Amino acid sequence: MKTGLITRRRAILAGLTAIGGVAVARLPGDLPPSYGNLLRMGDTLTYAAHRALLPAQALVREYSVRDLTSFPATGTTNPAVSVHSPLGEEYRRLQAGAFADWRLSVEGRVARPRSFSLADLKALPARTQITRHTCEEGWTAIGQWTGVPLSRVLDAVGILPTARFVVLHSVDDWVDSLDLNDALHPQTILAYGMNGGDLPIAHGAPVRLRLERQIGYKSMKYVRRLVVADEFDDGGASGSIQNGWAWYNGI
Amino acid sequence: MDERPGHAPWVRVSHWIGAASLLVLAVTGYLILMVHPRLYWGEVGNDLTPALIELPISRNHQHGGWEPAKPFFARAGGPVSASRTFDIFNQNGWGRSLHFLAAWCLVVPGAFYLLRGLSGGHFRARVWPRATELAPRVVWGHVLDHLRLRIPPATGGPRYNVLQKLAYTAVIFLAAPLMVLTGLAMSPAVGAAAPWLPRLFGGFQSARTVHFFAFVVLVLFVLVHVVMVIASGFRRQMRAMTVGE
Repeated sequence: MKTGLITRRRAILAGLTAIGGVAVARLPGDLPPSYGNLLRMGDTLTYAAHRALLPAQALVREYSVRDLTSFPATGTTNPAVSVHSPLGEEYRRLQAGAFADWRLSVEGRVARPRSFSLADLKALPARTQITRHTCEEGWTAIGQWTGVPLSRVLDAVGILPTARFVVLHSVDDWVDSLDLNDALHPQTILAYGMNGGDLPIAHGAPVRLRLERQIGYKSMKYVRRLVVADEFDDGGASGSIQNGWAWYNGI
Repeated sequence: MDERPGHAPWVRVSHWIGAASLLVLAVTGYLILMVHPRLYWGEVGNDLTPALIELPISRNHQHGGWEPAKPFFARAGGPVSASRTFDIFNQNGWGRSLHFLAAWCLVVPGAFYLLRGLSGGHFRARVWPRATELAPRVVWGHVLDHLRLRIPPATGGPRYNVLQKLAYTAVIFLAAPLMVLTGLAMSPAVGAAAPWLPRLFGGFQSARTVHFFAFVVLVLFVLVHVVMVIASGFRRQMRAMTVGE
């Protein structure tokens, strides 16, 4: 009985050690700063645990057209009205021209920085996915998104080997970032279409991010600029961390 | 096996870690619920779809109403989009981060507690009701005693009566794991890795609704638990669960 118990304990310990060893090897090398904030440390623990324990590129469930539901538009729903800055001014002008003059700038640690027009993005291979949007508030909605995988855009500019993050800037002056695991995920797309039509203004026209393995607010609307970076960029006063929100929200 | 009187140190430590985590989880969970106090069944639910239950809870943010809805498709009765205008943006980011920090504090020591309780025979000896105790006549006798507030004096821990055993077994092996599983089922990252988990509960919103009712059950348990501790002898019970006897 006694030997049996020890053997079982040893087996459990050996198993846990093996799992622990694999998990430690999969920990992300670059963690977001916590600035001594206990809540941000908790977010980082969740981030590290997800990256260490969950499959790296698991796909979220995709639905059929029959599953599409009504979809609230929240947060900024029209930068032309609510953004009182030169960016809002410019958005009004671009919107009047059906976004023909809109450009997405992709820069930073890339071999060939360039900007993409809407037509350039549409010329790249497209992906359509019907997924569940999960808002931090607790509501959900199912929508169909068409766009170009972010990995295709990053391939086109050639990210440098030292690159670790993709920083996104929006028209409504929000700055957010993704690690490469999220940025290169097959379902991470820059969407220009929703439910078979053009992406509506209220949902982030002309282009928004769809980041399906995190909470809704990480799927940035009105994307205007991507910066590939070697180091974590918290986005300053326009970023989530300094505004009291979690940077990682796989939850 | 493990028949010493009183609570073992590891039980006392687990108890208070669990109690503190549960308190923080309850407060922050309520805060998260206040942002959207509508419950649904299935995968989807939002302000543009009917609710299963609309809880009479004040929202902790104020929005400026909805712009007229626009249909996505030409057919009638199809999905629509509507824009929400906002006056005060909700500020619950801290509540969610604290909720998950407390969840770590519950799940990690909770796993050690379960392993220790299973491998050391603690649950078998002290927590799980014996077959003889489950005779309806015995259980009913205890229920009547409790209803008449004939509470046996504090013993400073085990042995527990059958109602205590049933309550602790339900919390440790049903309500707490259900809380963790429904919580995980709401995670987009975990849902991608384990799609069976949200399906098990019938979808994200079903998991959220079950999460809420499991919370209600746990809060009721804590209330009854505290009342019983006071009724049976607060000082002795607290001493037994803190410094030990």
